[in-house]
Formats: sequence, C-alpha cells, structure tokens
Amino acid sequence: MAANQSAAAKRKVYSRYSSPADRIFDTLNVIALCFLMFVTLYPFINMLAVSLNDAGDSIRGNIYFWPRIFTWDNYRFVFKQSEIFHATLISVARAVVGSLVPVFCTAMVAYTISRPEFVLRKFVTIAFVLTMYIDPGLIPSYLLIRDLHLIGTFWVYIVPGLVYAFNLILIRSFIEGLPEGILESARIDGAGEFKTFTKIVLPLCVPALATVGLFNAVYQWNDWIAVFLYNSSHQELSTLQFELMKMLANTNSSSSSGSLASSAAAGSAAAANNLTPTALRATMTIVASVPIICVYPFLQKYFVKGMTLGGVKG
Amino acid sequence: MQNQPQIAGSSLKTPVAGNKTFFQLLIRQRALLLMSVPLLIWLFIFRYYPLWGWSMAFMNYRPGHKLTDQHFVGFDQFKFMFTDDNFLQVLRNTLAMSFISLVLGTCGAIALAILLNELRKVAFKRVVQTISYLPHFISWVVAANIISDALSPDGGIINRIFVWLGLIKEPVMWLGVGHDFWTIFALSDLWKSIGWNTIVYLAAITTIDPSLYEAAEIDGAGRFKRIWHVTLPGMRSIIILLGILSIGNLMQNGFEAQWLLGNGMNIDYSQNLDVFVLKYGIQLGNFSLATAAGMFKTVVSFILLFSANSLARRFGQERIF
Repeated sequence: MAANQSAAAKRKVYSRYSSPADRIFDTLNVIALCFLMFVTLYPFINMLAVSLNDAGDSIRGNIYFWPRIFTWDNYRFVFKQSEIFHATLISVARAVVGSLVPVFCTAMVAYTISRPEFVLRKFVTIAFVLTMYIDPGLIPSYLLIRDLHLIGTFWVYIVPGLVYAFNLILIRSFIEGLPEGILESARIDGAGEFKTFTKIVLPLCVPALATVGLFNAVYQWNDWIAVFLYNSSHQELSTLQFELMKMLANTNSSSSSGSLASSAAAGSAAAANNLTPTALRATMTIVASVPIICVYPFLQKYFVKGMTLGGVKG
Repeated sequence: MQNQPQIAGSSLKTPVAGNKTFFQLLIRQRALLLMSVPLLIWLFIFRYYPLWGWSMAFMNYRPGHKLTDQHFVGFDQFKFMFTDDNFLQVLRNTLAMSFISLVLGTCGAIALAILLNELRKVAFKRVVQTISYLPHFISWVVAANIISDALSPDGGIINRIFVWLGLIKEPVMWLGVGHDFWTIFALSDLWKSIGWNTIVYLAAITTIDPSLYEAAEIDGAGRFKRIWHVTLPGMRSIIILLGILSIGNLMQNGFEAQWLLGNGMNIDYSQNLDVFVLKYGIQLGNFSLATAAGMFKTVVSFILLFSANSLARRFGQERIF
C-alpha cells in the first residue's frame, strides 16, 4: 500500500514538470533496460533456435534468433537416450521430494521457535543461526556422509539439506507476523501444538512456504555437485544437470587436449546419429532450464516478499 | 546446558510458571519438543559433529585408520600452505575475484534498482524485473554452457561483435587467456545476479518518504539531483548492511563457475580456495591439507564478518547482530 502511494505521489510530482531533460532521461532509461532484457534473454533464444535446427546444418553457424531448418529431431533423440530420460526422472524426484520434505521440516522448527513460551526457543534458534557462519567444510562433511553410508543412495540429495537457517528465519518472521488471536483461539478450542501447526499455521503461511519451496526446488533441480561428489559412479542416480555438465566438460577438454572419447555415453550415441555436440548441448540446456523458466514468474510476488522479509530481519 | 533454566525463565510470561521446575516445563511442552528436537539432533549430526573433522588439519591423515590413530603434526599443514606458491596464488585469485565481483555487482544492482525506480510505466517495470530474475534461477551448468558458447573462438557471439567493432583482428579463445578470467567471472556473475540483487534495494527505496521528493522538487532539484540527494541516501543503511554481509563472504565466491569454466590454460587465475579444497581433498586424497585450507577459509570469514560488524557498530550503523 505504502509503496503504491509513494509511487503514485512521485508520478504526480514528475508529470507536473515533465521537462525535455526529463523526457531524454526516460527514453535513455527505457533503452538501457531494453538492452538488459536483450542480454538476458538472447542466450536462451539462441539456444532454443539451435536446438530446433537441423544438427548438421547448425555447423555452418550464423543461427541467431530463428532455426534455419526446423526439426524436432534433437529433442526426440535426447529423450530416446535412456540415461538422459532416467536422469530427468531423478531430477524431478529430487525437486519434488527435496522441496516438500525440507519445507515441512523447516516450517515445523520455525513454528516451535516462534512460540514465546517454548523453553528451548533461544537455544534452538542460536544453534541453527550459528550454522550460517560456521561451515565444517567439504572434507569433514564428505567423510560424515561416507560414514553414514549415504553414498550411492537417493537420500544423500535430501537429508543433508533438511533445514537451512536462512529459510528458517524467513518462515519464523512470517509466523510472528500472523495475528496472535488466531493461534490463541485454536488453543482455546483445545487443539494441540501439532494440530495448530498443521491445520492453522501451515495454511496461513503459504506465501512463505512457496518461497522456501521454490528455493529448495531450484537448488535441487540445479545441483550437480552432490552427484559429482557422492554418486558419480552411480549412473542410476545421475541428474540432468550432471549429464549436461559431463557434456560441457567433454567439449572443453576436446578443444584443448583432443580426448573426445571419454565418459558421456550420450556423446558417442549422438555421433552415431549425426548429432553434433553443439546441437546436443543446446537441446540439453533448454531441457534443463525450461521447467524453471515456466515456474518462477508465477511465484514472483511470493519470493520478492520473502527476500525482503528475510533480508531485513535475517 | 547450565543456563537453560534462565533462558526458560526469561521467556516466560505468566508468574505461575515460575513455581514449576524446568523438567515439569519440558513435560508440559512435550509436543513442541517432539517437533523440534529430532531436527536439532539432525543439526548436530550434520552441522556440528563434522567440526571434529577439523582435527585432521593438525594431523597427517591416512585413510583407513581411525581419527585417534593418526599421526599428530601440529601446524605443519598450515606452514606448508603459506609457503606454497600454489596456495598463495589460490588465495590471491579468491580475494581478487570476490573483490571485483563485489564492487561490480553492488554498483550494478544499485544502478539497476534506481533505473527501475525511475520508470513511469508499471507494466514495463514488471516485465523488466521478471526477466532480470531469470539468470538467478538458472544453474551454473547452463550458465557455463552459455558463457563458453558466447566466448567460443569458432562463431561465438562475443568474438563476432568484437571483430565487427574492429577491437580484435581475429577470434580469440577467451577462456584460454588466463588473465582475462577474472573479468569473465565478474561479468558472468553480474549477468547472473544483477536482477536478483535489486530486490532488496528496491524494497529500501519504497521506504523513502515521498514528501522528501516533493521537497527536493520544490527546491528545484532535477532528476539526477533527486537520485543523488534523496534516493541514494535513503538506500544508505541497506547498502552498508549488505556490505558487511559480503565482507564475510570475501573468502568464498562459489566454486561452480571456476570449476566449470576453468581449464588447464586459465588455472593460474581461475583456481580459488573451494576448487583447491576439492582437488586436493577429493581428487588427490590429501584430506589433511584440504581440511586445513577449508578451516582457514571458515575461520577467516568468521573474523572478517565480526570485524565488519563491530566497525559498523562503532560508526552507529545498522548491523546484523
């Protein structure tokens, strides 16, 4: 509300005295921002064009905004690869399980530390917040995961990241902003803590939960380091991003040392199908980014609010 | 553990509760305990227990032996690190990339936030904002694909533009030129994060009292004067707050970009602390040296953050703690 009012007030002031200098400024501003949008979007448009163009033809180059010889072959080929298809399933499973479970856990702890009467409130809060600043580091964490026998399992993707302090504070700030009366009336009605949490707090916290859920889902979808560290010898647990990373590593190493024949099984199959590494990488890039491009704009108002809340109070 | 009854006492509201002992309280709040203690145990296993592994930094760790059977070497790993040219180079790269990225990223985000704020058409502003958030959500693997494509010597868009502008005569293999890596990293990071970082700055701008703009207007201040004397001072405290936070992050600038875009030709400039830890620890199996390097990173980050915080306190600025 305040933001709208101030924007409206400012617009009134500006439009009253719209000098020529002002108009030049506005025009330059719009041009600058159009340039920014172009720089942001062009790589994706270009990748899309290459991925929809005949692979053999793409070698000739000069594809910018539009495919020259339109074809779906690249996509058909990519999804026919059982490795890539399976990796896509694992990526989806990670994004779903890895956002729902951590969101529930984070919200549950956030609820307990938002109760002023909770005896361990300060202790739990400090214990979690300290982890934002103290990081055991890669090697000790790796050894722990190895000793817990999580290597080679799907759970290595989910369990180490159940609760992040930043998300915890974000949801706690949101719960503390809820009208106190609602929780009180639930308690008078005889609802226990867990029931109050699931039946009343969770439905009211949807904006905060959506923000944290999005952060977790994006992390899970985009991550390749956990695969690289823990499951690189378990092809059945590989993800889309890791497959794309292998392709990138292959092209990079082939241009410098000439060893194309290494890992990625898809690469050799692609060569047999006259699919060039360039076309394959462009197609995989689009496959790996489209789900995100489709989801984040709809959650914009939630995450903008969440970032502002978390940024100011956290 | 000793001060817990005090914590409990201080957060209690009703005087009746003062008569209850700590354990009676625990039993009464068993539902809250059941909801938080399992995850508290998880936290101690995954975030605090591994700190014990820091002891490896003072040992000559041999895999396959228990931590208690290891050979104690004191500060030898640290001594080796600080006399090793490779490590000093890694430290230089880390700090240089963080610093360039911090300055460029902060200035870029502030400038973009101001430009967005000056827009008159709300619909256009929304479109620009939505699009500017996109690279933040895209993985570094995808970003690295795009960057290495754009910089490629055969037909990469950057080479085409530079040749067309006459800046270079023939395509350059940018990722093979070591001393250009810092610039490539900073610009990539800017591309990826500029939109996202405006969120907090734009939120700060909306808290500025609109009457200040009117007053400036009446005093005859033009567009630039209003930005300089009203908008920027209004963002001052958030800029300082984020500055403190990023000083704590000077020792780490991620590892994905350096790992994915790094290669044998630019390694002297692309290798940072996190890449160093991964290479020595996981790939070469030198757990002790890698742990020492990781520990050094955490401790220095911690010290930097607290120093920046107390400096801010001395100057009467907002701070984190």
